[in-house]
Amino acid sequence: MLAGLLRRYIPGDTFQPDLFEPKSMKLSFALLTAIGAGVAQFATAADVTGTVTLSGTPPAAVEIKPLETDPVCGKLHTEKVFTEFYVVGANKELADTIVMLKGDNLKAAKADAGASPVVLDQKGCLYVPQIVALQTGQKLVVKNSDVAPVAMHNVHINPTAGPNSSEYSTKISQPQMAGAADLTYNFAAPENFMKFQCDVHPWMFAWVTVVDNPYFAVTGKDGKFSIKNVPPGKYKIVALHRKAAPTGMEKEIEVKDSGATADFTLEAK
Amino acid sequence: MTQPAPNRWLHRFAVLTALATLALIGIGGLVTSHEAGMSVPDWPNSYGYNMFLFPPSKWIGGILYEHTHRLWASMVGLLVIALLRWVGGRQSRKPLAIVGLVEVLAGIAIFAIWPNEKATGGFLTGIGGMVLLAALVWFRNDIAPGSLPLLAWLTFFIVQFQGLLGGLRVVLFKDQIGIFHATLAQIFFVLTCLIALMTSRWWMKWANIQHPTPNIQHPIASVRSLNGIFVATTALILFQLILGATMRHQHAGLSIHDFPLAYGKLWPATDPASIEQYNAHRVELTNINPITAFQVQLQMVHRIVAVLILAAVSWCAWKAWRKFPGAIAKTSVFWFGLILCQATLGAATVLTDKAADVATTHVLIGALSLATGAALSIITLRIPQSAVGVSPAENVSRQTASMDLDEATGIGTAGKMPAAR
Repeated sequence: MLAGLLRRYIPGDTFQPDLFEPKSMKLSFALLTAIGAGVAQFATAADVTGTVTLSGTPPAAVEIKPLETDPVCGKLHTEKVFTEFYVVGANKELADTIVMLKGDNLKAAKADAGASPVVLDQKGCLYVPQIVALQTGQKLVVKNSDVAPVAMHNVHINPTAGPNSSEYSTKISQPQMAGAADLTYNFAAPENFMKFQCDVHPWMFAWVTVVDNPYFAVTGKDGKFSIKNVPPGKYKIVALHRKAAPTGMEKEIEVKDSGATADFTLEAK
Repeated sequence: MTQPAPNRWLHRFAVLTALATLALIGIGGLVTSHEAGMSVPDWPNSYGYNMFLFPPSKWIGGILYEHTHRLWASMVGLLVIALLRWVGGRQSRKPLAIVGLVEVLAGIAIFAIWPNEKATGGFLTGIGGMVLLAALVWFRNDIAPGSLPLLAWLTFFIVQFQGLLGGLRVVLFKDQIGIFHATLAQIFFVLTCLIALMTSRWWMKWANIQHPTPNIQHPIASVRSLNGIFVATTALILFQLILGATMRHQHAGLSIHDFPLAYGKLWPATDPASIEQYNAHRVELTNINPITAFQVQLQMVHRIVAVLILAAVSWCAWKAWRKFPGAIAKTSVFWFGLILCQATLGAATVLTDKAADVATTHVLIGALSLATGAALSIITLRIPQSAVGVSPAENVSRQTASMDLDEATGIGTAGKMPAAR
């Protein structure tokens, strides 16, 4: 709303100072110039959208029999449970691909303290979702929605970036009993597909990607992604899938006021 | 030199210790096969509980395997301490008390100096206390003859070191420690088997046989050459077990999924593009680490060494069957059977996508193969010492004609070997 109001009076490069009282003109002009410059950028920020598809035939999903035959966890599922390494739509749309912007003009920035946390749940003895992305400094909340008789999970993280490893060197593996409080993580350094696992239930995995800027998204089941509020400029855009090749397909895009699009085709060799 | 008659209860206790160790290796195999090594993240406690008081209601998922492994290992530790007291007789009391005291003091010192290493301190204090208690038990028997006390002391130190390694593997998250832990477990099992062998009635009779007739027509060198081949083949099996432990403890599952070919070829490609392709096509349920070129090559070497072992053991069995009838021939054929079984299990491990029960049996048969090779090596090593100048074939034939390994577990007369009183 604020952006709309200001845009109405200060339409970017068509700013007209004579709309204001002469006495306070100097101060107001300086103030509004500063606000205007910031908002103008915000106002012209646009979305980068696109679709990720898969070429080739991926290996078939495998039934997770250790889960189904587990005397406790098996009872939580009435249907067969399969791996979700390649979630591919009818038209080869590829889900669970991380798409992120990179570039010299994108300074590394941690998330604001008030940024809403990303939630990773443990439900039915599975991590939900299995692919997660968040910004450096953004909270990751790991919940345990499983209740008795699932006595516990054991959240075992595998950070590879130095600062993340150091920060959690004594908290690599943390038990989380049924009904226990959420575990909270806050990673300072970017890294791709940090493995989260449960050592009690060795089929449970999630992969967490930490990005050092706010411009990233994860493709949905329709293969689509939308990176919001990207300032105009030239960037590299990277698509990362945990399995499909190549690992990190890169393109160059120019984001204009109207936004930009970038489509990717990854390969299941 | 004559040896004292065997003590059947000591022998039975040694056999029990060896069997318990084999079971421990099996449970350890289940831990890695189920990727459950880290399912209890603390040590020597279990989820904050004293290990021995951890409620069974919480033994779920991988915890069942890991916690059972810890408890079983503790029991094996106690068996080994008791075995040392029995074999070492009253003479072992003082050194055992010193070792226990040193461990307790070391544990307390670690607590005080390095608070971050309190797990190690707690372990040392606990195990030192157990050793001190064992030293207080009054055994009046004499120390066992020969190299038995040495072997018992060796197993005593190894079992404690193994406990420490197992714990450090958990708290330090080091796969390398796991590889060493698994390899040392195999050597430890061999030592317990040798103690069982050397406390047997069969072994005593073997040592007591007199060999008065010189025979220069059959040089002793042929026995020595057989012994050399047994030793070399056993060393090759140990090398193979180290390769297996390395593959197992990298937690990457199967690096090659087909057999007898490898990715459809005699020798698979290991360039980066191929490795990327292999990983893209893997659908791994538990061993989720991506495979590397090194791991692919490692499995290929494991396959090649398996063929070499099969050839070597076949040759050993054939030669022993022809020239050394009796216990050596029978044991060699048993060894050959184990290796055949092991090769089949190796192929089955690949073809079943490393099913936990198949992979664990593969570990167990590997341990038995190593122990059998070691036993044959020791037995044939002993022939020249007791039968200098006698035809090896004649000597062995004489000795083993009426002896069978079945007798090894038979009941002997109560004798001079140390008996606990």
